[in-house]
Amino acid sequence: MPLTEDEFFRLEDKARDLRLLTMDTSFWAGSAHVGGALSVLDILTILYYKYMKVDPQRPDWEDRDRFILSKGHAGVALASVFADKGYFDVTELETFNHNMSKFGMHLDRNKVKGLDASTGSLGHGLPIALGMALAAKSTGRNYHVYTVLGDGECDEGSVWEAAMACAHYKAGNLTAFVDRNGLSIDGATEEVMALEPFADKWKAFGFQTLEVDGHDMRKLSEAIDSALAVTDKPTMIICRTVKSCGISEWEGNYKWHYAGINEDTRDKSKESIRKYHAARRGK
Amino acid sequence: MAGGVTFNVIDAKDMATTEMYGNALAELAQKHPEIVGLTADLAKSTKIGVLEEKLPGRLYNMGIAEQNMFGVAAGMALSGLVPFVSTFATFASMRAGEQIRTDICYQNLNVKVIATHAGVSFGTAGTTHHCTEDLGIMRTMANLTVVCPADGLETVKALTAAYEHKGPVYIRINRGYDKPVYDSTDYDFELGRAITMHEGSDMTIIACGATVFRAREAAKILEKSDGIHARVLNMHTIKPLDTEAVLKAVKDTRRIITVEDHNIVGGLGSAVADVIASSGMGCAFLKLGIPDTFAPVGLQEDIMAYFGYDDNGILKAARELIGKVFEEKENWEDEV
Repeated sequence: MPLTEDEFFRLEDKARDLRLLTMDTSFWAGSAHVGGALSVLDILTILYYKYMKVDPQRPDWEDRDRFILSKGHAGVALASVFADKGYFDVTELETFNHNMSKFGMHLDRNKVKGLDASTGSLGHGLPIALGMALAAKSTGRNYHVYTVLGDGECDEGSVWEAAMACAHYKAGNLTAFVDRNGLSIDGATEEVMALEPFADKWKAFGFQTLEVDGHDMRKLSEAIDSALAVTDKPTMIICRTVKSCGISEWEGNYKWHYAGINEDTRDKSKESIRKYHAARRGK
Repeated sequence: MAGGVTFNVIDAKDMATTEMYGNALAELAQKHPEIVGLTADLAKSTKIGVLEEKLPGRLYNMGIAEQNMFGVAAGMALSGLVPFVSTFATFASMRAGEQIRTDICYQNLNVKVIATHAGVSFGTAGTTHHCTEDLGIMRTMANLTVVCPADGLETVKALTAAYEHKGPVYIRINRGYDKPVYDSTDYDFELGRAITMHEGSDMTIIACGATVFRAREAAKILEKSDGIHARVLNMHTIKPLDTEAVLKAVKDTRRIITVEDHNIVGGLGSAVADVIASSGMGCAFLKLGIPDTFAPVGLQEDIMAYFGYDDNGILKAARELIGKVFEEKENWEDEV
């Protein structure tokens, strides 16, 4: 079902608010993986506010849909989503990265309510997601498992081990996304380790493979609908995204993969995000 | 029957340790529907394949891809299943070491790793298929229980104990036939509690896995021909280590030998040495095993003899240690 106008604007406003909260949290933390947090944020928004069957009052509800942030360094964005959803109080984010805080930059499932798996080391999320998808079949539950990988992360061999197994086990209850912002720590993915032809690789590994603008809620929604309609194979949605999306001065610059955030940069970046979303809403 | 085994112990004597494991797992899985098995194209070699023969659909073959396999096991455990994962010890502990550490131990998940072909039990395969590092690696992983059973029947006991323990467990077993240490499963087995195999107060030989049989044989000869009374401890759980039994051995016997089918760096000997050093008590001490080198090609028995941790090697070490002179004080407390 295409997004209604109401849904579209509700999601747009939510994405803006979550970007702003992510910048506040990054400031409280002192520094964060801002670039990749802002590039993945629209994917997180549409999943948690449109598609996923979750209940913040029952984080361990057995029939809930699962989400694995395989690119665990974007934990600052996901923690903001959890706070906004009501898994815990937003003020708890003020301790992010502080000594003895429950929130480190890579989130810990045993401490952070709402989190389905601890991630941070790359190449681990797709295997864990597949385990959850196979467990659903084994236990007769019909939850869906979503995971988001970074594009640089796909250099890891374990991603392709898992990709092969997802197709082999016909994991139609698994949908993966790649946050294809084109940059990893040392520079452009195509210079560090070329991924293209990327979609062809996922197709060859047996995934229904879709490519969309990862900041377009309508396109994301269409892609997820297609993923849910196919039940005999996993789906990969390659999302073309912009690193640091929403902060015009930082967009597409790998130097903002990880950055210190002071009061001034926070305020300027929030102003930029407001302008970006106002323009995006008006499209 | 004790230990959850219903197959006949007479049959069991003709079974390789892995076969006993496969059968025992199938029986455990029959009783507990949340148990699933995973392997990486080693269903036949590790004998986890018995699970699939007896309970079709309960074993997932993940192909030759260990990192993915342990990640999948973590995902399954996060969703209410209890995965038992089997591959060779060398691939479990090293190829997928980070997945065991980060996906399984860090999240404290209920995954049981039964790593086969440990030590030099696949000796003729060469160093790529030996695993003389796993105890050292595994015992540094927080939340993980590390077990090295003495024979096939003890593997069955360990398997049941592992299922009953909530949290990750690593069990290392051998390829092929182990010399039977036990003739039934009718004995008390508790994770983290050493078992005295031979009484003695002149020295203590602390062994695990395939070396328990050899240590007990050596102790019998020492008693008969040398009049040396050696206590033999089956230290089947490397972590948590039975520190009480080690401290008692120091106090009672003041001479300790450890024996393991593993590098002498990092494994049982190192774990015992930690306890001795921290006790502040004087103790003559020898570690037997593979002396920080890669083992040559050969049968397990022969490699054990080559490096001096078979029956004869233990005898030689015991005779050397009994003659060692060191200062002893009546009141140990004064020395701490």
